Amino acid sequence: MLKITDLKVNYGGIEAVKSISFEVQEKSIVTLIGANGAGKSTTLRAISGLVKQRSGKIEFLGDDITGKDAHFIVSKGITMVPEGRRIFPDMTVLENLKIGAYLRKDDLTEDIKWVFDLFPRLKERSWQLGGTLSGGEQQMLAVARALMSRPKLMMMDEPSLGLAPLVVRDIFAIIKEINKQGVTILLIEQNANMALHVADVGYVMETGRITMSGPGKELLASPTVKAAYLGS
Amino acid sequence: MDLISKYLPYILAGISVGGQYALIAIGYTMVYGILRLINFAHGDIFMAAGLIMIYLAATMPLAIALPFVIIITVFIGFAVERVAYKPLRTAPRMSVMISAIGVSYLIQNLALYVTGGLAKTYPSIPWISDTIKIFGSTTKRVTVITPILTVVLIAALVLLIKTTKIGMAMRAVSKDFDTSQLMGIKINTVISVTFIIGTFLAAVGSLLYFSNYTAIVPTSGAMPGLKAFVAAVFGGIGSIPGAVIGAFIIGICENIIKSGGSSWTTFSDAFTFVLLIVILFVKPTGLFGEKATDKV
Ligand SMILES: Nc1ncnc2c1ncn2[C@@H]1O[C@H](COP(=O)(O)OP(=O)(O)O)[C@@H](O)[C@H]1O
Ligand SMILES: [Mg+2]
Repeated sequence: MLKITDLKVNYGGIEAVKSISFEVQEKSIVTLIGANGAGKSTTLRAISGLVKQRSGKIEFLGDDITGKDAHFIVSKGITMVPEGRRIFPDMTVLENLKIGAYLRKDDLTEDIKWVFDLFPRLKERSWQLGGTLSGGEQQMLAVARALMSRPKLMMMDEPSLGLAPLVVRDIFAIIKEINKQGVTILLIEQNANMALHVADVGYVMETGRITMSGPGKELLASPTVKAAYLGS
Repeated sequence: MDLISKYLPYILAGISVGGQYALIAIGYTMVYGILRLINFAHGDIFMAAGLIMIYLAATMPLAIALPFVIIITVFIGFAVERVAYKPLRTAPRMSVMISAIGVSYLIQNLALYVTGGLAKTYPSIPWISDTIKIFGSTTKRVTVITPILTVVLIAALVLLIKTTKIGMAMRAVSKDFDTSQLMGIKINTVISVTFIIGTFLAAVGSLLYFSNYTAIVPTSGAMPGLKAFVAAVFGGIGSIPGAVIGAFIIGICENIIKSGGSSWTTFSDAFTFVLLIVILFVKPTGLFGEKATDKV
């Protein structure tokens, strides 16, 4: 579904992503794990059109989407839950959901009902301002907002960051549920343990390169991964 | 009764000029809200609207000239953003500021070239320039029209921002460029719309403001522009209600000072700048300003 070939991204002189290639199969959960500064967020930002790549190719459903503008990428069916949630704090929960469907012109009633079923906590707070939600609720809102565009592929940048373990478990349960409903997931995590448990395929990223890949369970069992990311 | 008849004309004039400042100030505050840019060219575009009015009114009936003044001014505001600010979107903010100062001088110099440096007589617009009597004091009809029109336009603007899709996009872009783009919002379109609205209001303000004056020179936009800017800072730059309240306060205070007689009239301009200095010391974020947040 998504195919990245030899992607390179620079920030001025800094090579944040140094020629990576990977693939995401339709309906799967793929995770990209790695330490802080490995280039994970940059990879996602390049796919979603927020930064321009230096070279390489990004294909989605057979189309070349390399270097396209962000709104075009969204219209193709790729959405992103950004690092740090980035909900709109001065808008209500409902407005945050509506803005997630910005490019759509059809009726949103069904979709709002769908995300409220996934996140009942948001339904109770639909008139509350986004900024007044707790961290976990903001993360749920960020995910719900992304779903409002009816994405084919949802990319998530460290959804568990800064959340209590119980909330993290909820979030991962929801990720699995969303995937079951047909949305392909590309998940970035530093929480390698959780991520590899839910992922069909995992990639390990280190200083701008992919150094390992394989089925989630295999990586979990790998001594190198264990030593470097699972703290054992 | 004496007191009323003495001060009423000044208060009326104050409310009126306050409304005119408000129409300019909204352009400053909206552009700042979305780009964190002080659009130094805004006051000059306001002056340019006046000159365009002079030239158009000389060649065509007013009923046709008026809408054209607004359309041409709006186009200038749109074009300035596309040509002078958009290419600098990722440049440091200081570069955009310098570009804005450049545009300001460019417009003033173009005006100087076109007018040959001579003061140009502003046409009197029938009906709105007519003299009317209100509570026993005489004034021009524009004095009464301005606050009404200002309130109507601001109400429409607030409604647009609060309830429409483009309004929602404007609120989103003013908070967070990247996330707005992830929603599918075209940043450049939203920024253009902001400039179009701001220049539209300034063009209306220009028609009202200059109808109180007999002539325009290329620097005629500087003083009202500066006062509207102070109003925006006073109200908390980025805040629309703040800019409007600031503009009315400045307009009214200025005219009450003028009521003290001719020796005070010169001081009325100084008042605005004293106010600016005081607000910058006491509450730099203005009446309704948010804490300064640097946008990434
Ligand atoms: N806007 C930026 N400007 C300059 N360097 C950046 C920027 N964003 C990230 N970097 C650098 O790029 C590298 C990769 O960052 P990032 O993709 O955020 O890593 P990760 O998400 O894996 O923590 C880091 O060295 C980081 O310092
Ligand atoms: Mg990151």
